[in-house]
Amino acid sequence: MPESNDHFTPYPDHVLENVLENVLAFLHSRRDRNAVSLVCRSWYRAEAYTRSDVFIGNCYALSPRRVTDRFTRVRSVTIKGKPRFADFSLLPVNWGAHFTPWVSGMANAYRTLEKIHLKRMSVTDDDLAAVANSFPRFKELVLVCCDGFGTAGIAAVVSRCRGLRVLELIEDEVSDDYVDWISCFPADGPTNLESLMFDCVESPINFESLENLVARSPLLKKLGLNRFVTIGQLHRLMTRAPQLTHLGTGSFSPPEQPEQHEHHENDNNRVSDYVSAFASCKSVVCLSGFREIAPEYLPAIIPVCANLSSLNLSFANINAEQLKPVIRHCHKLRVFWALDSIGDEGLQAVAETCKDLRELRVFPIDATENGEGLVSEMGLLAISIGCRKLQSILYFCQQMTNAAVVAMSKNCPDLVVFRLCIIGRFSPDHVTGEPMDEGFGAIVKNCKKLTRLAVSGLLTDRAFSYIGQYGKLVRTLSVAFAGDSDIGLKYVLEGCTNLQKLEIRDSPFGDSGLWSGLPRFYNMRFVWMSSCRVTREGCLDVARQLPRLVVEVFRRDEEEGGEKSDFVNTLYMYRSLDGPRADAPRFVNIL
Amino acid sequence: MSKMNMEDGLNLTLGLPGRDESDCFKNNKRSQPETNDESSGTTENKEADMETAPATKSQVVGWPPVRNYRRNIVQKESGMYVKVSMDGAPYLRKIDLKVYKGYPDLLKALENMFKLTIGVYSERDGYKGSDFAPAYEDKDGDLMLVGDVPWEMFIVSCKRMRIMKGSEAKGLGYNV
Repeated sequence: MPESNDHFTPYPDHVLENVLENVLAFLHSRRDRNAVSLVCRSWYRAEAYTRSDVFIGNCYALSPRRVTDRFTRVRSVTIKGKPRFADFSLLPVNWGAHFTPWVSGMANAYRTLEKIHLKRMSVTDDDLAAVANSFPRFKELVLVCCDGFGTAGIAAVVSRCRGLRVLELIEDEVSDDYVDWISCFPADGPTNLESLMFDCVESPINFESLENLVARSPLLKKLGLNRFVTIGQLHRLMTRAPQLTHLGTGSFSPPEQPEQHEHHENDNNRVSDYVSAFASCKSVVCLSGFREIAPEYLPAIIPVCANLSSLNLSFANINAEQLKPVIRHCHKLRVFWALDSIGDEGLQAVAETCKDLRELRVFPIDATENGEGLVSEMGLLAISIGCRKLQSILYFCQQMTNAAVVAMSKNCPDLVVFRLCIIGRFSPDHVTGEPMDEGFGAIVKNCKKLTRLAVSGLLTDRAFSYIGQYGKLVRTLSVAFAGDSDIGLKYVLEGCTNLQKLEIRDSPFGDSGLWSGLPRFYNMRFVWMSSCRVTREGCLDVARQLPRLVVEVFRRDEEEGGEKSDFVNTLYMYRSLDGPRADAPRFVNIL
Repeated sequence: MSKMNMEDGLNLTLGLPGRDESDCFKNNKRSQPETNDESSGTTENKEADMETAPATKSQVVGWPPVRNYRRNIVQKESGMYVKVSMDGAPYLRKIDLKVYKGYPDLLKALENMFKLTIGVYSERDGYKGSDFAPAYEDKDGDLMLVGDVPWEMFIVSCKRMRIMKGSEAKGLGYNV
């Protein structure tokens, strides 16, 4: 390439890299970026230089140093920690997933960091203070299913991060440090807040400060209140922020004091006040909360129902009669979460109106086996007939039939996520008495886009042969109290070529089943097996064969010791670029 | 091959190891499978055995997979308090309509509260035979006789109650 006489022309390589960097700036999908980085060294460098959003699916797959060495100009970091079964008390409390090494690793490297998104990490108040102090341009903090911090940590963030736009605390365990964090926002002038969600914070909130904050947050679109906010207070906030699009409604009931009930006439007036408050919030598309709902107030939301795309009533103990007047207006609903208190009849009502429904979750009020079954195969069938565009379902029930599951597999071909939890372990089809193999088999066979599957009920190895045979796109599989023998596990590990996350509990899968996955484990994010039949020796063999796999073995009760031929209580294994973690507690054995 | 329920099926029993649980495809729920026959020698399972010996099904850890904060859903029962006045009485009382199952329940409570007899309702004659008639003010402000409308309708439309006495009461009872 000829050099110009007039100005300095950079070397061809540099030109190419500049061009590439400019192009890559528009590339956001991390899969595409990973592919780009494999082309050649200069593409690897260019991609690393231009990646601004880093996603780490397993915090122990690599060290913070490796991330900061490779990616130098990062604006946003997402990190996931504990395996999902931690949600169900299957992981000892001090297992790990500490955020501390990450925040200290990033504090120097990423001065321009703007966003941190964590899921299932242990985050301390000191960590949050470090975030507040280390990143002058910090804008967004999203913590999902995290623990280890309290209101003191939140206060540190809100007081020091003046540019804060997003603070979302979702399903975290937040300790009450008796700190009035909501009053710690900078006192004067408008804020930049676009999203403030604290539904999960189990401590009272200073309402006056909150109201003041909302009133001076003109950009606020998402507001998620905790259950300490009464419906009267909600009303006041709504009049301050009619521009809201997402609203977590807090308790949705009046306060406890009896004098509130004195004037029944006034109560009626209040209901109509609430109705008009909702009527003036024309932009609301997503409603949640209803944490302690007084059901007679539910109709107040009717004015926004026609525009709702998401309605979360999963804390509202309401029946079908209470649901119907509201749901029949929700024509545009795409996401619906509820308790099984609405019954099959309530689900029927949903099926009749919500033709655009994409995601349904039905949680049990009574989460005990042999409990009262409020929803059944009838509800599932009704939904499958009415909601043909369904993509994702989580359904808890006490009884189910293969026929209903098969029907859903045919009626809802777009299903991507199918999670059915028949609460009674080993429950067969309650009409035919047969295992649930055929139902789940139909799901993997007919739902060609399926990527996530959770099975339950009485299942033989046959079910797993179906999953292995047809579940080619399945990335996440969740198994509990199922299967007959190692062959079941073999079917899955050999057949599910896209499997990334495998979590199994209380199933008779042993060493030979485990070994059939040897060719796959490096391509997976993790494998969890608890209360199965893998032995320590079997796990050791896997660890020897796959040196880059971290094979953790431990007991839920944190006891140590055990013989080689013993069944392992919990096996958790994952690939890692930087070897076993240094912060493993004593009861965790890394083989 | 018998299915092994590892975690909680480790109940103490007097049966011999290796005993098969009866096939129960026809049963709604599986009975507890027998404990670890192959692995009876392991310390780990023995410890677990002792831990869960008296385990019932509801004690399986982390099952069903519902997170803790979802397990304690509060149903907030808001009360339906209404004032009750009685002709001639110096002060009013307040009752929560929600706690009563129906008219007989309510009337009995009123009888106890005011120490009087109201008697039995009839559509034709009201509370004939009693000196008292239970009345209520509805949403429209009208004075109505208790008992004419279905209970569910009554509790949402009743604003306050009044126990009428004497000739006035009888007049109400003879309304058509």
